[in-house]
Amino acid sequence: MYKIAIKDLNTLFSKIAEEQELILPIKKAGQYNFGVYEEGCDIDGILTNKTVKSGKDAFFPQFETLYNVRKKITPADELENGEEAANTKIRTKLTIEAEALKDKDFVIFGMRACDVKGVEVLDQVFLTDPVDNYYKARREHGIIVALACHEPEESCFCTVFGIDPADPSKSKADVATWIVGEELCWKPITEKGEALTKKIESLLASADDSAVDAEIANITSIMDKLPNTKLSLEGWGKGKTDEKFNSDVWQKIYTPCLGCGTCTFVCPTCQCYDIKDYTTKDGIQRYRCWDSCMYSDFTLMAGGQNRTSQVQRFRQRFMHKLVYFPDRYDMYSCVGCGRCVDKCPQSLNIVKVIKAFENEQKEAGANV
Amino acid sequence: MCNCGHDSLVPQIGIITGITQETPDVKTFRVNAPDGGKLFEHMPGQCAMVCVPGVSEGMFSITSSPTNKEFQEFSIKKCGILTEQLHSLQVGDEVTVRGPYGNNFPVETEFKGKNLLFIAGGIGLAPLRSVINYCLDNRENYGRIDILYGSRSADDLVKLKEIQEVWMKAPNVNVYLTIDREQEGWDGHVGFVPTYLKEIGFSTDCIGIVCGPPIMIKFVLQGLKEMGFTDEQIYTTLELRMKCGIGKCGRCNIGSKFVCKDGPVFRFDQIDELPNEY
Amino acid sequence: MQGLIDRLTALLSDGTVARVIGWKKGDMAYNPEPHMFETAESLKDFVYDGFCGANLSKMMIEASKLEGKTAVCLKPCDTYSFNQLIREHRVVRENAYIIGVGCRGKLDIEKIKKGNKGITSISGTELDGSDDIKIETIYGDKNISYKDALLDRCHVCKGKDHMIFDEVWGESKDTADQERFAEVEKIEAMTPEEKFAFFRNELSKCIRCNACRNVCPACSCRKCIFDNTKFDAQQKANVVSFEERMFHIIRAFHVAGRCTDCGECSRVCPEGIPLHLFNRKFIKDIDKFYGEFQAGKDPEAQSPLTDFTFEDIEPGERG
Repeated sequence: MYKIAIKDLNTLFSKIAEEQELILPIKKAGQYNFGVYEEGCDIDGILTNKTVKSGKDAFFPQFETLYNVRKKITPADELENGEEAANTKIRTKLTIEAEALKDKDFVIFGMRACDVKGVEVLDQVFLTDPVDNYYKARREHGIIVALACHEPEESCFCTVFGIDPADPSKSKADVATWIVGEELCWKPITEKGEALTKKIESLLASADDSAVDAEIANITSIMDKLPNTKLSLEGWGKGKTDEKFNSDVWQKIYTPCLGCGTCTFVCPTCQCYDIKDYTTKDGIQRYRCWDSCMYSDFTLMAGGQNRTSQVQRFRQRFMHKLVYFPDRYDMYSCVGCGRCVDKCPQSLNIVKVIKAFENEQKEAGANV
Repeated sequence: MCNCGHDSLVPQIGIITGITQETPDVKTFRVNAPDGGKLFEHMPGQCAMVCVPGVSEGMFSITSSPTNKEFQEFSIKKCGILTEQLHSLQVGDEVTVRGPYGNNFPVETEFKGKNLLFIAGGIGLAPLRSVINYCLDNRENYGRIDILYGSRSADDLVKLKEIQEVWMKAPNVNVYLTIDREQEGWDGHVGFVPTYLKEIGFSTDCIGIVCGPPIMIKFVLQGLKEMGFTDEQIYTTLELRMKCGIGKCGRCNIGSKFVCKDGPVFRFDQIDELPNEY
Repeated sequence: MQGLIDRLTALLSDGTVARVIGWKKGDMAYNPEPHMFETAESLKDFVYDGFCGANLSKMMIEASKLEGKTAVCLKPCDTYSFNQLIREHRVVRENAYIIGVGCRGKLDIEKIKKGNKGITSISGTELDGSDDIKIETIYGDKNISYKDALLDRCHVCKGKDHMIFDEVWGESKDTADQERFAEVEKIEAMTPEEKFAFFRNELSKCIRCNACRNVCPACSCRKCIFDNTKFDAQQKANVVSFEERMFHIIRAFHVAGRCTDCGECSRVCPEGIPLHLFNRKFIKDIDKFYGEFQAGKDPEAQSPLTDFTFEDIEPGERG
């Protein structure tokens, strides 16, 4: 275990950023979002405030180029002799230039235990056959420095999913850190974490492992007092498709849903994406960007679509997180970070969905 | 899964080496790698993403049989922006292709040694043609083959020449053609596929393989059930919006399945287990 | 509030209306959600307090198509949106029974949360509540003044009168204590470089969630141009510079002359982008070029942008 004075964090960040890209929460226009560290960026309050988005962008960016296609169009009269030009007015030849995979290490600082678990959820999707190489390269080069939640908020409910916000050393992070008084405690967990620690050792003082005990105990007791950490997941998970899919609760609760993508885009685990082309002056840029199952065009194709109403789309999102994903990967695709709870424009969220089903069950039980 | 090495989302270039106008709105495209070889090896029922860069990309079933060692074929009906663009292409033009994606009809396992009944409507013949030709090229591995194929009109029957010249002449193969409405010059059967199915009255000693418009599938399934078929002996191939082809982007997700990866071929008892959203 | 629930219950029970659009109690101190109540019994969950900021007029587009009348609770500023929707033939006046609910300004939870984490209860936010609200958190309790926690839009309140209603429930208060165009003027005073930097900084936060568009009562197109798959701008990618600059600006143009300045876009933005500034700039310019005009004040009034007169300003003139 190591430690560094919080007032010296800027020096630490600057040192880390000298050798590799550093991504961390930055305050910009009043909001906290993960961004690339630059000299002079605003890091005031980044240790205690929840970011709007989760930081999954570091591994699965909202927008990324997959490849570029160059088109060479040859008019028929310029075709070389011998080339078969029957019926051919012009001929299109294509070349594909794939976007390079990430090949440099980078550090992401300040993810919370829930965010790290979110990356684990993404791993299930992107690192299983066929592996997504764009994602894999970022995962291999990314070094996660996680931060214990000094001040959990009322929207937090990560413990429901077995996540410990007090001790990120239990997560898949490479380094765990804690705020202890005026200091940040720093504990490498993996080899990657050790290697990073070595590079910045000169800035760190050694500390006793027990230095974080009080902070861990404190966070644990705060979590216990938060309203949503008592949420029950009974009735959800593997094999609950029929029971939940056909419930009439969806119809009762979905109405305020605007069909916007706020919940999807602030979510650490949502990974649905769209693949699109952008016509540039020299060719076509094929890119991938986040998409939302809440959007009306999500399943639209030339022959029609299979989820035509907002209630179906609403149901899909929660069924996917709480039933289908567990069915397929044996884990929930929600980490209880509470961002949708904070950000839904209509105050609708996964907690309310789970509670609505629970109430329905209670009422059904009372009526028997 | 992908022989490009970089990532399964990066396609290969496919050169169009042949185009056949099948019906007024269906063309079959023969596609090769730029060096003249095949793009990849596939199994009957598998699909590939075909793209006109800058326009759109779509999932199409590979209609040629794996036993064809020279090229892949796609029979494509004009019905949207992408397919209209594809129809405007000419021999020598290039598209991008990635795949093959999805599972395949169990031609080497469950189908082996069995009698097979193929029921197709319209462009629904495209995925089944791959299976039919595979079975004909490995004729000794399969029993009786019945093919019931129908379309709106005689002009809308895809691959009619091949049906008449190859399939109808193959040993132990019965082909039943039908069109929806009377038409001059057509002396064959007239009537919808599900109705014709009942008129013929196939015995249940075979595996049913169905593909066509959803409404046809619905009534064919009903008909087969009335004739005593069970869900376990009927296969189909599903079509939903697919984008990545590899079970990740989330569009073709129904229940815990991804049609592009776990499908597109499903047995009806497997479909019954899915939430009703396809 | 009980009086309002009683009245709504009576309207449902005597068949005057078939349903009620209002707010349903949340599971936290500050998150009631818009809701359609269909039975008198379900009204037990009805709530109306300082956190009922959502403008419910847009929900009437769908509700107008339903059988029977719908009672809808509208605050004074929401009634402007409703009038505008009538003007655009998006809602059917006869199918609505408008309860003009009183308003003393609505609260901005983001402001309250600043410095108040772990909120377990907030009291005193009802219409007849106190000047101070009491915030209890697991980290300690605090009182703050209702006024300090108001949404920015309430500081430029359009007034306490409902523009359209069938009946009014509760007292309203004009909460305006700031100049409506002060923020716009501040930006107008910037150099072009400063303006660009300001908007770039704000808009670079945009995640293209479309919440602003989907909540906007003026954005009632059945199919938005940005959902048109045949169009290259149907890009969900926020990061390309095109998006940062264009989506919101195009949207502002589309709603120009129709935007009532209800402020929902800024209220719902998860990134806190002051989107209303674009619209308010248009409103300021329209006032200046065509004479004062408030969209939604009068459902019969022609918008200056769709009404040609020989006195109209010529293109290129800046007034």
